[in-house]
Amino acid sequence: MFDQLSERLQSTLSDVRGRGKVTEADIDKAMREIRLALLEADVNFKVVKTFTATVKERCLGADVLDSLNPGQQVVKIVNEELTELMGGAGRDLVFSNKGTTVIMMAGLQGSGKTTATAKLARLLTKEGKRVALAACDVYRPAAIQQLETVGKRAGAVVYQQGTDADPVDIAGWALDKAQEENRDVLIVDTAGRLHIDSELMDELVRIRKRVKPHNILLVVDAMTGQDAVGVAESFAESVEFDGVIITKLDGDARGGAALSVKAVTGKPIIFVSTGEKLEDFDRFHPDRMSGRILGMGDVLSLIEKAEEQVSEDEADELQKKMADETFTLEDFLKQMRQVRKMGPIGNLIGMMPGMGAMKGLKDVDVDDGELDRVEAIILSMTPYERAYPEIIKGSRRRRIAEGSGTKIQQVNNMVKQFGNMRSLMKQMANGNMPDPQQLARMQGGKAAKAPRPKIRRR
Amino acid sequence: MPTTWNDILDLGDRHIPDAAAAPAPDAEGAPRRRGAFKRLRESLAKSRKALSEEISSSLFDRIDEETWERLEEALILADAGATTTAQVVEKLEHEVDSGIVPPDGQAIKARLIEILAEIASSNRSPINLTGDPAVLLMTGVNGTGKTTSIGKIAWHLKNEFGLSVLLGAADTYRAAAAEQLTTWADRAGADIIRSNEGADPGSVAFDAVNAAKARGVDVLIIDTAGRLHTQSNLMDELGKVRRVIEKQMPGAPHETLISIDATTGQNGLRQAKAFAEATDLDGVVLTKLDGTAKGGITLAIATELSIPVKLIGVGEALEDLRPFDPTEFAEALLSEE
Repeated sequence: MFDQLSERLQSTLSDVRGRGKVTEADIDKAMREIRLALLEADVNFKVVKTFTATVKERCLGADVLDSLNPGQQVVKIVNEELTELMGGAGRDLVFSNKGTTVIMMAGLQGSGKTTATAKLARLLTKEGKRVALAACDVYRPAAIQQLETVGKRAGAVVYQQGTDADPVDIAGWALDKAQEENRDVLIVDTAGRLHIDSELMDELVRIRKRVKPHNILLVVDAMTGQDAVGVAESFAESVEFDGVIITKLDGDARGGAALSVKAVTGKPIIFVSTGEKLEDFDRFHPDRMSGRILGMGDVLSLIEKAEEQVSEDEADELQKKMADETFTLEDFLKQMRQVRKMGPIGNLIGMMPGMGAMKGLKDVDVDDGELDRVEAIILSMTPYERAYPEIIKGSRRRRIAEGSGTKIQQVNNMVKQFGNMRSLMKQMANGNMPDPQQLARMQGGKAAKAPRPKIRRR
Repeated sequence: MPTTWNDILDLGDRHIPDAAAAPAPDAEGAPRRRGAFKRLRESLAKSRKALSEEISSSLFDRIDEETWERLEEALILADAGATTTAQVVEKLEHEVDSGIVPPDGQAIKARLIEILAEIASSNRSPINLTGDPAVLLMTGVNGTGKTTSIGKIAWHLKNEFGLSVLLGAADTYRAAAAEQLTTWADRAGADIIRSNEGADPGSVAFDAVNAAKARGVDVLIIDTAGRLHTQSNLMDELGKVRRVIEKQMPGAPHETLISIDATTGQNGLRQAKAFAEATDLDGVVLTKLDGTAKGGITLAIATELSIPVKLIGVGEALEDLRPFDPTEFAEALLSEE
């Protein structure tokens, strides 16, 4: 049910539950795991540093400190931050409202530009546009033939002038032709080039000046490692691309390069290429990419499912315990914490099987300070005491009071109330309606404030 | 002494005619490029630079707690991966702490290069071209530079060793793949066996092996379609192509190489692993080293799979292919671009 990262985080933070508190040292340990996972995913080293610093700050906040499942919580935060980083203000293609829209493709050799060009052409053709392609790669053997073949398949017309012409001239001529022929879109396929090849980068700039693209797309291979940042920065500086296409996502590369490029240039990822067929082309979904980078598949639903699962299992067990009156202070502590996360204590009761009808209880007031006290008291008990609170007398009471910073009387009251609650729960679990007065007693002094729930006795 | 072509090729019993100086690529046949000689000079200059270049001087300026962090960063940025990086740093740190290596910048640098070169030398062996004909199979993920590398290898074998080379265009999937390889064959002075797009790659391999035997060529190089290692049907197909070759000539292919793009991150290891399962891998051609990427993932490939890098690609021209030298590689790994 849990993926590697989540598992690793859980074990890293495994002793946290026992202590009841997450310290900064714990968070640091967790951040090391996150860092490793991201590096394994090829996220750039420096991006990882910044990112984990951000996540650490969030983790130090209340979210994790009070959490039941620190490992899960951390993953959730990481996923949220990643998704935001990858998504944010998205951008789709910009289309011109008069004349031909120009899209220019750029990227390293072998990144998948030509294939992406054809795929994009197909996508736009399906959306009703008339698409033309300009074959500006005059260097790569048979590049023009390749574009002609796949372009045709995609339903686009391909403009080419062979390999003896200058790419800038070809682009200019292609645009004129596209406008003459009333094409809605012209996609300019360019040769793969190194960002450090000044001559070729200059050529790219000249093509840009010549055709004034409405969209310049950087094509990045999903398996690119640390180099992605340097490449993206250079291309950004030279041609100021508008968006990114991540290719070859049908492989098992985690795709950290995508995060790096976005983080460093701020340019959005617009499309993803997920296979060799022309239809294997989609718009980008930040949350799916996040999960992939973390190595967790669809993280969000995984966590949600896990939470659901845990709730279901726990609810079953809880019911059994209540029916048998084997519900312990440990269980109570657990429920209480969960409840505090969810809302007023009435919700807990509302969640119990058969209790959904008692809506009135949901409005019942809860004193957080009191719950803090209760929590501290339980935490000062030994596991045995939590299981069998009836043994808590004399010196035990004293020890617990001291340990929790409360008075012996308060410890007394708590244990007594717990006893009441337990028998109350036994009733409810066995199908009987709770006695409102018992309920009031359970609430201690708050009974007067609590609105009386309207209950129909069966 | 840096690795030479003679070191990296095992030509068996062949009588090699006196190797003439590598002639300039035929200017007429060469497609429009930005000056063959200029690029040759550039790429040689770059490799000389890598050779004599000091390892990023800031690494061992001072020896303090941050030294190891800086080294870690440099290795990670070179795509060495967290595991290999940790191993290397730990080892070096231990040697410095225990006095095996003096706490002196130069000495530490030297030892670091040694350690990295050692890893990169794992299972070092030449390219087996002893067969008659010698059959070389080229594999790899899409876009890594298989076809271009084949062109370069063919050119080197023909022009520096006077060998006759035949190419087999068994990439029958990619649009215009055979046309692409044909162009390289022309440039390199090699013949080519090809079929139509959509034909069975195994049948092209079959024809190619038999043609190589019939024509008595020295070397047959077979190109295959780029494929993602996660596509099991394609990996199966690769295994099939290999078996077809073996059937036509027991012992063949004598050398199977995988091209790995130097910009590849940690996925490179998974690639190598998967391809090694589908077909025995004898070596890596590490391509696109003329960029800023360092190809550090090959350290992990060497360590975990014992597959050595044998050749490196340093540009798009015919001459831009060199024998892999572990020490040069180690130095370049840490050099500042």
